[in-house]
Parts: sequence; structure tokens; C-alpha cells
Amino acid sequence: MSEQTENPLRDAIAEAIDQNDVILFMKGSPEQPACGFSARTVAALQATGAPFAAVDVLPDPRIRQELSAISNWPTIPQLFVDGELVGGADIVTEMYETGELAEVLGVEPPAEAPAQAPAPEAPAGAPPLQIENRLA
Amino acid sequence: MATAEELKQRIEAGIPGASAEVDSTDDVHFNARIVADAFSGLSRIQQHQLVYRLFEPGELGGPIHALSLRTETP
Repeated sequence: MSEQTENPLRDAIAEAIDQNDVILFMKGSPEQPACGFSARTVAALQATGAPFAAVDVLPDPRIRQELSAISNWPTIPQLFVDGELVGGADIVTEMYETGELAEVLGVEPPAEAPAQAPAPEAPAGAPPLQIENRLA
Repeated sequence: MATAEELKQRIEAGIPGASAEVDSTDDVHFNARIVADAFSGLSRIQQHQLVYRLFEPGELGGPIHALSLRTETP
């Protein structure tokens, strides 16, 4: 069923979620997060070594509005895996600590996984392989 | 401007049987640990959504800059 909505931005966001296995909506970029919660989420993701796409919601406030309308989740960051909302900073951090995050992402948990989530400023593994911002 | 005590009351009133510990150093960023039977059988996403439902659109990320949640069942 392909329903055309009158909302191109919402469609573009839904398409980005659909087309990227792992996509993070955040404030700032993985290299320069603009908020501590986004930084914490990026650090956890990078520590798993899984590639992820990232979208900065700051350039246009409507991105955030439309995203929250789609996900029924009020805050940023938001991580989607296989088209499903996994959570925000708290849930992603908690899942990193329990090893669930690597599991959901389909990667091996780091052998020497620290008990605590990595600090955002800690060196955090390989940089994401793909960074896309189709919505800017 | 909200206080930690106000948020605690709002959460406990909005989720019957919930017990919340809320703290904040600046009345803008909050940490909440919530224990509630109502979370049983829900995914973490759904548990957090149950809490988010108690806030007006735009309130989180607005006047309440951040609400960090840890949800548990008794």
C-alpha cells in the first residue's frame, strides 16, 4: 500500500529509517555531537563497531517534530534498527552495558567490554562507515 | 520550571502504584528511577513511553530539557 501523504519531510524521514539498517537521529554529528545525550549514544554505538547512519536534527526544527510524530518518542537522540525504534540515550546506554546493543546490531560484543558505557570523550573504536544527512 | 518533587508527584499520580525517585541539580535536567507494576510485560520503549505520556508535547526538550529514565518492575 503506497499512500502518498502531503508531508514530504515526514516521508523523507520514514524513508531514511526504512533504508538504513541502523540510523541515529541526533543533535550534531558523530564527530561533533551537540548534546551530551547524543554524545553518549554515539559513543555506545561506536564501541560496538557497527556502522550506522546519522542525521543531525538541528538544522531544521521540523525534522524533530516529524520524527517524534512518527516514532511517538519525544526526545533526541533516537536510534532505529531495522526500521524499529530501539530507544534514546538511556535505553541505548543500558543495552550497551548489558551487551544487548551488540546483539541487536548483529555484531560481536567487544571482548573486553567495560562494565560502564564509554565516556563520550573516550576514543571509541572505528568511525561510522556511513554518515548520511539526506534531510538537511 | 519544574522541581524534582513535582515530577515525582506527577509520575506517581500518572502511573498508579509507581514509586519514583527523581533528582535534579538545576530543575532543568532530571534523573528518574521509577519502579512500577504497570511496566510488567512492556518493552523498555513502552515503559518509557508510559512515562513520556505524562508530559505535554514540547515539554520534554523544552522547559524540561532532559529527563533521564530508568524503569524497573518491583
